[in-house]
Amino acid sequence: MQNPYLPYPVRIDNVTIATEDKSLKTFKFIFLDPNDEKKFAYKAGQFAELSVPGKGEIPIGIASSPTEKGFVMFTVFKVGLVTAYLHNMKAGDIMGIRGPLGNSYPWDLLQGKNIVIIGGGFAFTTLRSSIVYMLDPANRPKFKDIHVIYGARSPGMLLYKDELAEWERRDDINIHMTVDRTDDPNWKYNVGFVPTITEKKAPSASPDTYAIICGPPVMIKFTQPVLEKLGYDHDHIIMSLENRMKCGIGMCGRCNIGKELVCKDGPVFTLSELNRTPREY
Amino acid sequence: MIEYQKKIQNIAERLLNEKKVDVVLGFKKGTIPMMNQPCLVRVPDETQKLVWDSNCGINLTNYLTNRKERIGIIAKGCDTRNIVTHIVENKIKREQLVIIGVPCTGMIDKAKINGLMVNEIAEVSEHNQEITITDSRGATKTIQKKEVLQSNCSICKYKNPVIYDELVADLVPESKDIDRYEDIRKIESMASSEKFKFFEDMLSTCIRCYACRNACPLCYCPTCFVDESKPQWLGKGMDPIDIRTFHFLRAYHCAGRCTDCGSCERACPMDITVRQFTKKLEKDCVELFGWEAGLTLDKRPPLDHYKTNDPQSFIK
Amino acid sequence: MMVVKIDKQKWSSGINQLKSTYDVYGPAKQGKTYEFQKLGSEQLPDLTVQNTTLSPKSIVFPQSEKMFSFHTDENKSGHHILKEMNNQSMPKAVLGIRPCDAKAFQLVKLNFDTCEYKDPYWIRAYESTTLIGLACNNPCSTCFCTSTGCGPFSETGLDVLLMDQGDSFIAKSLTPKGENLLKTATWSDSFDPATAESILKSGKEKAESKIASRVKTDQLASKSIMKIYEAPFWDDVAFSCINCGTCTFSCPTCWCFDIQDETKGCQGIRTRNWDTCMSPLFTLHGSGHNPRGEKTSRVRQRFMHKLKYFLDKYNQGIMCVGCGRCVRLCPVNIDIRQICNMMNSYQPS
Repeated sequence: MQNPYLPYPVRIDNVTIATEDKSLKTFKFIFLDPNDEKKFAYKAGQFAELSVPGKGEIPIGIASSPTEKGFVMFTVFKVGLVTAYLHNMKAGDIMGIRGPLGNSYPWDLLQGKNIVIIGGGFAFTTLRSSIVYMLDPANRPKFKDIHVIYGARSPGMLLYKDELAEWERRDDINIHMTVDRTDDPNWKYNVGFVPTITEKKAPSASPDTYAIICGPPVMIKFTQPVLEKLGYDHDHIIMSLENRMKCGIGMCGRCNIGKELVCKDGPVFTLSELNRTPREY
Repeated sequence: MIEYQKKIQNIAERLLNEKKVDVVLGFKKGTIPMMNQPCLVRVPDETQKLVWDSNCGINLTNYLTNRKERIGIIAKGCDTRNIVTHIVENKIKREQLVIIGVPCTGMIDKAKINGLMVNEIAEVSEHNQEITITDSRGATKTIQKKEVLQSNCSICKYKNPVIYDELVADLVPESKDIDRYEDIRKIESMASSEKFKFFEDMLSTCIRCYACRNACPLCYCPTCFVDESKPQWLGKGMDPIDIRTFHFLRAYHCAGRCTDCGSCERACPMDITVRQFTKKLEKDCVELFGWEAGLTLDKRPPLDHYKTNDPQSFIK
Repeated sequence: MMVVKIDKQKWSSGINQLKSTYDVYGPAKQGKTYEFQKLGSEQLPDLTVQNTTLSPKSIVFPQSEKMFSFHTDENKSGHHILKEMNNQSMPKAVLGIRPCDAKAFQLVKLNFDTCEYKDPYWIRAYESTTLIGLACNNPCSTCFCTSTGCGPFSETGLDVLLMDQGDSFIAKSLTPKGENLLKTATWSDSFDPATAESILKSGKEKAESKIASRVKTDQLASKSIMKIYEAPFWDDVAFSCINCGTCTFSCPTCWCFDIQDETKGCQGIRTRNWDTCMSPLFTLHGSGHNPRGEKTSRVRQRFMHKLKYFLDKYNQGIMCVGCGRCVRLCPVNIDIRQICNMMNSYQPS
């Protein structure tokens, strides 16, 4: 019997500071056994348990894209016991990864559609995975217009800045970066909260347009009415939830919202699905 | 004490009618024998559901912590001592409370009563100081209440409320010349290894449900040390060392504050005599500081302030 | 199916036979309560107790269980890599388990044995356990098993059903596992199956007629989750709750757990421990946000999970077998029977 609690051993290949306040770091992992990388076949929107023997496990969204081979990547916010320890780990250290876990963004459904990605703060990880996945030459033709609205407190708090700049130069994706405020004279993008920028930049609703939102609760709370105003149906608004998790496979009982388990039935739900469940996230 | 019930209902109704309180905290009749349920009454009409008998052993002060409204609380002697402690420790304000004092003749011990009958207990009723037990086959037995008291009640020194605004009956005579620490002296006289074995056996059935802690009005810390993760003081499994540490440390946190209300033991699903720990510290506080918890609003418990003449001979 | 009569004279010799092949568990006095324990060499199960204080779930799902070991010594190979523990033990036989507790394993199985993931610890332990149930001739006043799709003579989840006949037991094997156990114990005095059935039938009727405690569950499925969730009674239901783990730890169907690492020097283990939805810690995010930070939401979670979410998710009835433990042990008398009836009869205005 395969043990779903047993992580794949990995080596930290590279650690980079992701934001100016150093509260986020990006880790690239390489599987010790190359066969494990094949077993770890994932889709954008899934997560994994990062497993630090002696400290515990934490569920983190996968930031690399299935189209990127040879490594998996996670961007981790320093918040608790495991993440604080992880932030002190360095290239070469050995730990574990368990997954991939959860559903993903509904890629079958999204084929042939316009996609609006709306992200805030450090919840941009699985959105980065999605963007890289969609921009892959083999996949780009499968999607129509792609819009990305991404905001952070300040320019230095935006994740994946180099890639954002690169996408910005492309003509097959519309990037709308924004910051809450800045005194940086070189900032040439938007200033304002994500809901405001969404109202200005998001395409209007159509049966062929889906919004994917990831961000802090306050951003989601104020973006939702904006999308409604733009005419988005609740089943065209896709969200990814976070809850405290332990097992990640639907057994330990703590991450449920109603009868749905965020770890196994989620973390991705449409707003119309969430309307039918208690707001316990 | 069942005779108090009507009086309690009347006082509660009057306080709500006169808008002196927003809610009354009391007990309603439970769904199984020897069990009543803490409840909150908000409107005068509902005061009829308030009950009082010898099954009101849960300390209602536990439900006062950080509440904001004006509360009428039905309180036995021990409960009032915990109310005093709560006021001293800023967990509730005196002005918020109308204390409905109950002169108490003790609560009955479920386990003792269960032990008296072969079959399951179907009903327990009381009249004056007599308890009548009926089992599932209809057999009955009548005994004196003092024979089946909770062990803390049988050595209680403060049956009457120490602080109150209303009183449901005349004060009852307090027991004189009680030896509260017979069991503790016995443990103190044990050799270390014997003591270790005693505590080991005592805690061997603990399931770490924390009913003792959570039934205790003193245990109001927002995060208990056992739940702390940064740093994590205790393992979370069933290692006996972790279990002992929990019980010892909790008892220390209650030193000089515990009124021996017995809620902890009453709540324990495994019938562990956790008062053995708290009583030892109670005894130490009496002997070292001449202190009994919850008798006065003017002084703080000995372990939460410092005096230059504090005894220190026990520091080795 | 095989039916045998076990003369009580042969009861202890049979149990001693079993002990060479199985770890034998049965009710026994432990401290001041009765619990299922591994029986010592001459020890017999105490079948005079009705329901043990705690359920026997820990035989399959220990309160604390080692999952993996590891070491963190970078000078040695394999550091920081988890290794599976060898938790294998002898097969287990549980003597005198009550039908409600046996049925509970069937409900818990739905959680641990799914098409996507298999929990190897629970499944291995469950599969190596043989359950020899004792029909309840005298159910407790808090038993409401006949309302939960179970009953004092229910055979669901059992490998053998025993009925106490005074100086003997009638033993009906219900699975090949059960048949093996009877053979191992050399309990082989055959008994006419038709007679056994009629004895069991009348015993069942008699026992069921003694059960006065009932709950209604017929309306639960047809009500929407959100309607019951938003019902006005939850604050009142939760008021007396002190957030201890008594109900969840004593419950045969509660399965929630926590995973923890423990280390000493360079050696470490990953363990799992029972957890309880009554604790605020259960759902606390690292950020401090808590989706079930209020007591009311935690109490509601427990009852919604048992009586509504589970029902909707699996369509296998409620996640309660009516053993009555939480009713008897709750220090503040929160009674699932009352709450179940409230949920069942609730009509949103």
